Amino acid sequence: MKTKELVVSAIENGTVIDHIPSDKLFQVIKILNLESCTDQVLFGNNLESQKLGKKAIIKVQNKFFETDDINKIAIVCPTATLTIIKDYEVVGKRVPSLPTEFEGIVKCYNPKCITNHEQVTPKFRVLDSREIKLQCHYCQKITKEETLNFL
Amino acid sequence: MNMKNRNLISITDYSKEEYLHILKLAETFEKEPVQNIAQGKVVATLFFEPSTRTRLSFESAANRLGARVIGFSDASNSSTAKGESLADTIRTVSCYADLIVMRHPLEGTARLASEVATVPVINAGDGANQHPTQCMLDLYSIQKTQGTLDNLNIALVGDLKYGRTVHSLVEAMCNFNTTFHLVSPESLKLPSTVKMHIKERNLKYYQYTTIAEAVDKVDILYMTRVQRERFLDIQDYERVKNSCILDKSLLKNVKPNMKVLHPLPRVNEINTNVDPLPQAYYFQQAQNGVYVRQALIAAILGLK
Repeated sequence: MKTKELVVSAIENGTVIDHIPSDKLFQVIKILNLESCTDQVLFGNNLESQKLGKKAIIKVQNKFFETDDINKIAIVCPTATLTIIKDYEVVGKRVPSLPTEFEGIVKCYNPKCITNHEQVTPKFRVLDSREIKLQCHYCQKITKEETLNFL
Repeated sequence: MNMKNRNLISITDYSKEEYLHILKLAETFEKEPVQNIAQGKVVATLFFEPSTRTRLSFESAANRLGARVIGFSDASNSSTAKGESLADTIRTVSCYADLIVMRHPLEGTARLASEVATVPVINAGDGANQHPTQCMLDLYSIQKTQGTLDNLNIALVGDLKYGRTVHSLVEAMCNFNTTFHLVSPESLKLPSTVKMHIKERNLKYYQYTTIAEAVDKVDILYMTRVQRERFLDIQDYERVKNSCILDKSLLKNVKPNMKVLHPLPRVNEINTNVDPLPQAYYFQQAQNGVYVRQALIAAILGLK
């Protein structure tokens, strides 16, 4: 009999971020600043997924994300789910939802916006909780899903 | 009402009560334009792109208050030409002036400047984004000619898609139970993001493609220029360009209180045969700009 193996090993304590579209994996790593994380970070990409076809998964040892960080994930991939693990057991689930305001992460799509010409961190107000409509704090133009570019 | 050190970056930065306060102050300056209340104060006018009307109007306003004016009228005369960042220029000028008035071709610059400046900032236009003092002088002109801002019928004519003065005026007039008559070529209609403000307040609006359909119904006809460069196809421009041109013959049956406004510069959208008519108000409107800017400078410097 064939046993099913975990492609990405289990973690003892920490967070599993699942259902990330494959092309968004490195953006999620970047916005959660996992590059500078000193604990174990395990990830797999292009894994089979019934929902997404191909997906990515990230497991971070000893890390329990704040709500702000979780909501940042929603800007990149609203399909993601977070599972909290303690002693190898699932103790909670979190679903990211768009924050009302945030800084960085995304570029303002307006080529004439000052944030695309000076060293200024873009800031946005989220106008709609269901679809991506981000109003630039500086030029007031609205960046939508089809014009979304990450910093 | 204390408005000392308040920035004015976007028309939505001020409440309805605050606009009305500024308009009231502007009236006092219209009655007595020379008031030396800002003696010893320095106003910096930083114009990173050329402007005649707005810069001279601000400088005239500051001079009539007794303030001194420093600044530049072209970015090539500033250290930006040497590669200095906007933030550094603004921080430095903050050390020399009590108030900064700035225009810049990039959008969002005035907001950024207000975040790094240690003195208040007035936006005199940031690209196609905001030009709030134009909006304030439009409100002043409407109030002065109609005796009120409430319950008016206002036609906005021309380039409603890109015209920033139109967008700001719609946002501001939504506070006053206005009925909007929107006259534009099909391709230059008011964007849905601006129409949203009208809908949120449950106000009425009508859309037309010719001035003739709206002109007899309104108290204010606010004209703007249809710019040829907005059209990808020159034939489209040729087709629509005359639908938004005002000629004296269109003003035969208008309401007796009706006035024509225009933010200027005008090109050909108002025939000069309208200029001598009692409805033509656009040059007085420009004059009102000085009183409104005097009021803003005085309020923001905490002198009134």
